Amino acid sequence: MDKLWLIIKREYLTRVKKRSFIITTLVTPLAILLFMLVVGVIFSYEGDESKKFAVIDESGILTVRDGNDLRRRIGDKQKMNTRIYFKYPKTSLSELMDNFDKEEYDGIIVLPSIQNLKTKNYEIFYYSDNQLNIEINYTLEQLLARGIRDYKIEKFGMNKDDLKNLETKVNLEPKPISDKGEDASKLTSIVAASIGGFMGFIMYLAVFIYGMMVMRSVMEEKTNRIVEIMISSVKPFQLMLGKIIGVGGVGLTQLAIWAILIPIITLAGTLLFGYQPPQAELAAGMPEMMDPEDAQIMALAAFEEFRRQNWLLIVPVFLIFFVGGYLLYSSLFAAVGSAMSDDYAESQALTIPITIPVVLAFYIMIVAVRSPDSSLAVFASIFPLFSPIVMPARLAFGPPFWQVALSIVLLIATAILFVWITAKIYRVGILMYGKKVSLKELGKWIFYKE
Amino acid sequence: MGNILELKSVRKTYQDHVAVNDVSFNIPKNCIFGLLGPNGAGKTSLIRIITTITRADSGSVILDGEKLSSHHPSVIGYMPEERGLYKKMKVGEHLIYLARLKGLSKKDAKSKIDHWLVKFGITDWWDKKVEELSKGMQQKIQFICTVVHEPKLLILDEPFSGLDPLNTNLIKDEIKELKEKGTSIIFSTHRMEQVEQICEHIVLINAGQNVLQGEVNEVRHQFKENLFEFEFSGTLPDFIANEYEVISVDSGKVIFKLEDDQQSNLILKRLIDAGVYIQSYKEILPSLNEIFIKQVNEKS
Repeated sequence: MDKLWLIIKREYLTRVKKRSFIITTLVTPLAILLFMLVVGVIFSYEGDESKKFAVIDESGILTVRDGNDLRRRIGDKQKMNTRIYFKYPKTSLSELMDNFDKEEYDGIIVLPSIQNLKTKNYEIFYYSDNQLNIEINYTLEQLLARGIRDYKIEKFGMNKDDLKNLETKVNLEPKPISDKGEDASKLTSIVAASIGGFMGFIMYLAVFIYGMMVMRSVMEEKTNRIVEIMISSVKPFQLMLGKIIGVGGVGLTQLAIWAILIPIITLAGTLLFGYQPPQAELAAGMPEMMDPEDAQIMALAAFEEFRRQNWLLIVPVFLIFFVGGYLLYSSLFAAVGSAMSDDYAESQALTIPITIPVVLAFYIMIVAVRSPDSSLAVFASIFPLFSPIVMPARLAFGPPFWQVALSIVLLIATAILFVWITAKIYRVGILMYGKKVSLKELGKWIFYKE
Repeated sequence: MGNILELKSVRKTYQDHVAVNDVSFNIPKNCIFGLLGPNGAGKTSLIRIITTITRADSGSVILDGEKLSSHHPSVIGYMPEERGLYKKMKVGEHLIYLARLKGLSKKDAKSKIDHWLVKFGITDWWDKKVEELSKGMQQKIQFICTVVHEPKLLILDEPFSGLDPLNTNLIKDEIKELKEKGTSIIFSTHRMEQVEQICEHIVLINAGQNVLQGEVNEVRHQFKENLFEFEFSGTLPDFIANEYEVISVDSGKVIFKLEDDQQSNLILKRLIDAGVYIQSYKEILPSLNEIFIKQVNEKS
């Protein structure tokens, strides 16, 4: 026990004291913040090129009646949508084409007259030597379609205001039936999904990052040839377990630091730059659908919903899954590390069988966040190879108690079983040199005697 | 005195081959014991059994009167042939870590390590990282790791490989000194000239079996071929060539073989009587190297 503790301490301290650990731990939250900022900027970025189009509209489709019966053309001489200009020259198409370069138009739009008002398809011709980019193309089509709509409204003799009144925005506001039922707002599932997705993602990263760390370290000890000295003092099992626990401690430390740092940095960022992540994201995601005031209200509601989560349950259960999932996978990584030869690239094929369930679990997790009670989600959150990633994703949706309990019991039992089995592989692997090892061989090692 | 280690019918098989096949030998206390054998003979397998890294399939290993068990690593010091250290650790830290894994308290470990660092004149290495040291320097650290907990049984597997002559002598002296202080030492190698210099007892392992064991001198006597050699000046009397089996004669040096070594004094006497000036006269004992090669070839 004493020796195990010594090993854990060394594995933990040498990593935590490393400069690279300190830098990664401190810089990552900053990098995440920076990343979010950049993403926000990119999404809110609207092209800075402005386009000028000549419009030939002989039947006056784009001429609309304003309030005072004044007629004006859409976009005539004025900017629409910040960067599209329409001009209605009185020249013919062929003349326009001849002088195209001189006039500095980007293109010529020709609207044929509409024969049948009930038509659903209407072709407008666009003349240019240059391709329109997707965004401008889309905006143009939207603009023109709106113009034609107004034209049709007028021709059909309908009232635009009446038509506006036909549109109703519907919100489903959830209300509980029994007293037990949660008073969920419409944001509940969105917030639960983002919390779930976030936790699932963290688990996914943790399994890979710290699992790989264990694997590399086992491999280094082997290629370094310190391992034989070590196991003449301690049991291979102690060495492996000490390493797994030590690296796991590093992982928890890093998580804890991030759990404290990220909110602080976000807050500091907000104060310093007036940057507000929730609004920025909402605004970036749905720029046209929501006015800033709505976004503000929604962000507040989301925050409220976030606060209302049962964190006292979610956090400890998440930690249990973190520890269980980490134990399970890192023991597999340790076994593979022990079988690796000096040729890292060649040996890396051995990690594939471990990678597959992790990646599968990740994709199931993404589905589970959208429909947390589907049978796939329920199965995957109980099956021990997937549960460390899928169950945390379901936690915020309040899964039935028995499922969580069963999942935890199964996970811990499997983790212990895996540690036991992989220790047998590890024991053989670390003393096996100069041999390329297949998976089949790894399986055989389980049954080798000491 | 008793034995530090007694092996009885030790057998170890791996999946595809028998690594150690019914090996028995005793290692007397307080001696330097040579564990010899060609590559792949089973030396390392045997050592791994003694160091409790693996377990024998059958047979028994008695260490200092007790059946080998999991607390014994703390009284064994093992320097494997393939050895390394944690490159990123500092020398002091590293030494303390390994010493504590052998069961020393932090304080004990520190004072014992200091003693060795002073002895080797390398106290200023404490804060150096292992990777900053040259290979020879690392070997010194490795040696300290192996002996710092004052093991009863020290197992050195090719301890001089990769050492320059200066460091070889340094370690050799340390080994002798440890022996004086009562440590029993197993010295595993296939370099026979070192064995002759250092070891008192040997066992020769080949193909998983012990083929030869005993005190170095006894073994050499056991394999002697009654060869004698003398150097002389003057003329060689005829009776030598006529009455005895001469192996070689060259410029003042004769090697001949006797049926019965009782006659050797007689021959010396006859030579002197014949007025030959004898510069040296001695029996040729086979070197361990010759015995080794002969034995290994015989078996295979």
